[in-house]
Amino acid sequence: MLKTCASASVLMIPSSCSTSTSSLALGVYTALRRKGFVATTIMTASLIGVSLPTFLIGITLIWIFAVELQWLPSNGRGEVIDLGGWTTGFLTDSGRASLILPAITLGLYQLTLIMRLVRSEMLEVLRTDYIKFARARGLPARAVNFGHALKNTLIPVITITGLQLGSIVAFAIITETVFQWPGVGLMFINAINFVDIPVMATYLMLIAVFFVLVNLIVDLLYFAVDPRLRVERAPGK
Amino acid sequence: MSDETLGSGQSSVPQSSARQTANDTGEVIRSEPATALARFFDSDIWYSFTRSPVTIVAALLVLIILVASAFAPWLSPQDPFNPATLNLLDGFTPPMEANQFTGSVYWLGTDDQGRDIFSTILYGSRISLFVGVSAVLLAMIIGIVLGLVAGYRGGWADTIIMRIADVQLTFPSILIALLVFGIVRGIVPPDMRNDVAIWILIVSIALSDWVQYARTVRGATLVERNKEYVQAARVIGVKPFPIMMKHVLPNVMGPVLVIATIGLALAIIAEATLSFLGVGMPKTTPSLGTLINTGQDFLFSGEWWILLFPALTLLILALSVNLLGDWLRDALNPKLR
Amino acid sequence: MALLEINGLSVSYPGRKGEFIAVDHADVTIEPGQIVGVVGESGAGKSTIGNAIMGLLEPPGQISTGSITLKGARIDALDADAMRGLRGRDISIIMQDPLTALNPLYTVERQLVETIEFHSKLSENAGRQKAIELLDAVGIPDPSVRIKHYPHQFSGGMRQRVVIALALSTEPSLIIADEPTTALDVSIQAQILDLIKGLVRERQVGVMLITHDMGVIAETTDHVVVMKDGVIVEQGLTPQVLGSPSHPYSRGLIASVPRADVRVHRFASLQAGGKGGSSLPKIDVATHWIGQVGAQNETTSDAPVVEVRNLDVKFQTVRSLLPSKRRYMTAANKVSFGIKPGEVFGIVGESGSGKSTVAKVIAGLLEPSSGHVLLDGRDLSAPRDEVERQVQRQAIQMVFQDPYSSLNPRMRVRDIVAEPILLHNLATSKDEVESIVTDLLGLVGLPKEAGERYPHAFSGGQRQRISIARALATRPRFLICDEPTSALDVSIQAQVLNLLKDLQETLDLTMLFISHDLPVMRQMCDRIGVMYHGTMVELAETEKLFTQPQHEHTQTLMSLMPKLDILSSEGVEVAA
Repeated sequence: MLKTCASASVLMIPSSCSTSTSSLALGVYTALRRKGFVATTIMTASLIGVSLPTFLIGITLIWIFAVELQWLPSNGRGEVIDLGGWTTGFLTDSGRASLILPAITLGLYQLTLIMRLVRSEMLEVLRTDYIKFARARGLPARAVNFGHALKNTLIPVITITGLQLGSIVAFAIITETVFQWPGVGLMFINAINFVDIPVMATYLMLIAVFFVLVNLIVDLLYFAVDPRLRVERAPGK
Repeated sequence: MSDETLGSGQSSVPQSSARQTANDTGEVIRSEPATALARFFDSDIWYSFTRSPVTIVAALLVLIILVASAFAPWLSPQDPFNPATLNLLDGFTPPMEANQFTGSVYWLGTDDQGRDIFSTILYGSRISLFVGVSAVLLAMIIGIVLGLVAGYRGGWADTIIMRIADVQLTFPSILIALLVFGIVRGIVPPDMRNDVAIWILIVSIALSDWVQYARTVRGATLVERNKEYVQAARVIGVKPFPIMMKHVLPNVMGPVLVIATIGLALAIIAEATLSFLGVGMPKTTPSLGTLINTGQDFLFSGEWWILLFPALTLLILALSVNLLGDWLRDALNPKLR
Repeated sequence: MALLEINGLSVSYPGRKGEFIAVDHADVTIEPGQIVGVVGESGAGKSTIGNAIMGLLEPPGQISTGSITLKGARIDALDADAMRGLRGRDISIIMQDPLTALNPLYTVERQLVETIEFHSKLSENAGRQKAIELLDAVGIPDPSVRIKHYPHQFSGGMRQRVVIALALSTEPSLIIADEPTTALDVSIQAQILDLIKGLVRERQVGVMLITHDMGVIAETTDHVVVMKDGVIVEQGLTPQVLGSPSHPYSRGLIASVPRADVRVHRFASLQAGGKGGSSLPKIDVATHWIGQVGAQNETTSDAPVVEVRNLDVKFQTVRSLLPSKRRYMTAANKVSFGIKPGEVFGIVGESGSGKSTVAKVIAGLLEPSSGHVLLDGRDLSAPRDEVERQVQRQAIQMVFQDPYSSLNPRMRVRDIVAEPILLHNLATSKDEVESIVTDLLGLVGLPKEAGERYPHAFSGGQRQRISIARALATRPRFLICDEPTSALDVSIQAQVLNLLKDLQETLDLTMLFISHDLPVMRQMCDRIGVMYHGTMVELAETEKLFTQPQHEHTQTLMSLMPKLDILSSEGVEVAA
């Protein structure tokens, strides 16, 4: 069980890191250049991204890169190295190569979802009075958009990103099935098919711990971003 | 608490009104078409629909898939699940090519059993749509009822319902669906599992998705509950339940419709995902997801059409529904335009 | 040379049902150190002028003709970058709602220093020094401490001061103030207006003050522009325009402003041909449905219809399982009064004084923490049975403040008015319900066809009439009006107040009238209670209250009323 978890985490960490950063950038861009050609194209593409189930992305990638082009392996973890209980594919060429496709698959869906969220939140914030007032004070666009608007956009985005980190676990199940990656997800699916209650329960416990941690981090981030939660109401009110 | 807000914050963009009639207060009442249908065609929503070609195409595609799957038994060239109509020699016929043994031609080819892919897609979409729509309806009912109660009653009911919702929300919906699916399968005797699979699927997707509706309805209800027309109804003496049904519910349906549309796309994808994972619809009555699962086995041996066409159908369906949902959200929320 | 010159400015919004002209050939001039008021009712296009000057018109709005010249240079056709340079440096704005105008995530210091640094290229320390001076100038105590605080740590009035400091921080030559005091209480409103007046004189800044409030215009401005439907109907020096208006619209507008100094018989009507007399259709109250108020009517005696005894209302502000950790806010504290049959009783107070809380308790919308409300001597909180509860519901009705939220947007007006009749079984047949609804609509001055429409087809004043019709549909004896006109334009307010007066007399209603607006109270009420921080500090006959206010708070409220002496009194009918 532990071993399969470790291999799942290898899959999750790189995808979630790259996802958050790029989706933020894309979301802000499409919100600011709302009517532009590039932004419209990105938005249309993102809608396809949202409509594509993860397993189809995986299959498509396998088809293109493994079947047609034969550049990358279609399944498995490749060669792994055991680092005192934690086996990782990071250190071998074949391990890294077999990581690429699943990681992209995992990231792509998250990317589109968070990007669309950032965009709509950003648009909402750009309409507020304080942004209008900041503009009316003649502050440069950069200061208004990135100084004032972006930080206010972050609050709801943090919540959803936190929740989305959770859903990465779920999508790992799917990706692992598509790529025949021997992680916990695959184990869980088999447990469901054979109604194996102990395995299901253990998996759930692990997931629950993971989610509690994620929620804790989200709450701490809230605290860092929003002063309204930090400061007690001052006298004079 | 604040007692009043003065007449402020009205939008600076005035609404133009073309036809007006004067009454004896000297003010005017805006005129509008009399029948509901005429009002619909006069509405901003219909106007924004006619101005968006992408939305029209999406609506047409959804309509075509809906009609085609509803009339699947009459439209499909063969009944793919009646072994008597199948010819094993027809297996693996590529699209638009004559079969090497029988000479039969199939639009989209056949699978390993000699089933016409076009027919399986019609039947598959039928199941996918049925599961999707039923799951959305069920989730909507659960969500609306719980959301209304939580929002209108408040207090402990609100605390309990929303706490459950919050906890569930941190779990990805597909995981919830898998769990419910696993548990229900554990309860149902093994020999009945295939027969009730479709109902288990609907329930598990609905249970994984109700939170969306409940949260939206609760949020909107909290806003509506404090509006003065609800207070007026209370002063008149209307009881809580009629207030919820007659006054609050119609006014919170707008956002619910938007998430129901997007939710339909999500439910169809969820169904496909579960079936693809092999825990959804059985191979004997396949949905689009089951068809894709089957097709994947033939990807490496070159029979790409078995996978491609069901996958494309799924994509077009989900994309069109998403486009409709996106448009509906913007049309109901004009400030974002 | 004038600071700002607007010549023949038109702003239009192209829409799908044709072009909407929001401003039509407007000419305005502002000199340095001058406050120019732009006054008009909603939809007059006054805010649009302000937005056009700032280059912040909401799309698809556009300037279709005319020019805007600032210090001799055209600014109406500048590109986005040039306009941005102009904003702040030359023109600044003061926004209406101080609660939303400041970025909640940054300290006041960060927002001020950022703006100062960008415009004056000062060092950070010099910028902070200047920011503190500015906060001091706008009257924020302890500026060097308060500057470190976040916007949510300031009260509404203080936040508006911060907004003014921000607007001044760029040293602009023109400030556009769009309803700068509308969201504030009267006492704070006066302070903010004084502050703006003082700063303008001191710094020789030109101000365009956009407002709907004649009182604000009379007290603050040098020059006034009166707008109606996008057109400037009249402009000139403030005392001249307000004292002897030449355009019929300005005359009507000024005549419908409620006066605190005299009690009028009826408010002047703005309509050409003005229905000065009773506009109520002839309904014989003695025989009509509306007059048959059943046997429970015992109005022969002079005993109070409604009596409030020692009313306490507390709200829990901090929830906790442990009683010791709970925190309460007292909204009403030992409030007692009685309302006699046929009397109009007023409660006046600022926001948070608890006046609406009292109304809600009487209407049954809130449970009191302790104390009693009695209807005809019977305790409302302890009805003997369901029948009695329904009878009580029927007897007390309420008209709400916000016409835009007080009608269910998904119901036809006919169904809205019919709902109470059907609920209480007050009619015997469908036809009777229909004819009652038609009569009720007629009673409040709406045509029969209005019943077929949905609320969105009506203006604010018309909606308020519908609200009144709905309240009358239970044949109540006691009507609560909670700020019934504070969301309405002044001319519409006059009509609705006239209607309420007529109905009160015709139907012999007992009324509780709640408002923050003393001049309106003087016109409407027989007796007035003054509330302050949840306590009723004074209760007196209206005339006595206005001529000899006893309590300190009442005296303050009286002194803060806008001085309307310069307003023309043409068209104002003083009551006998």
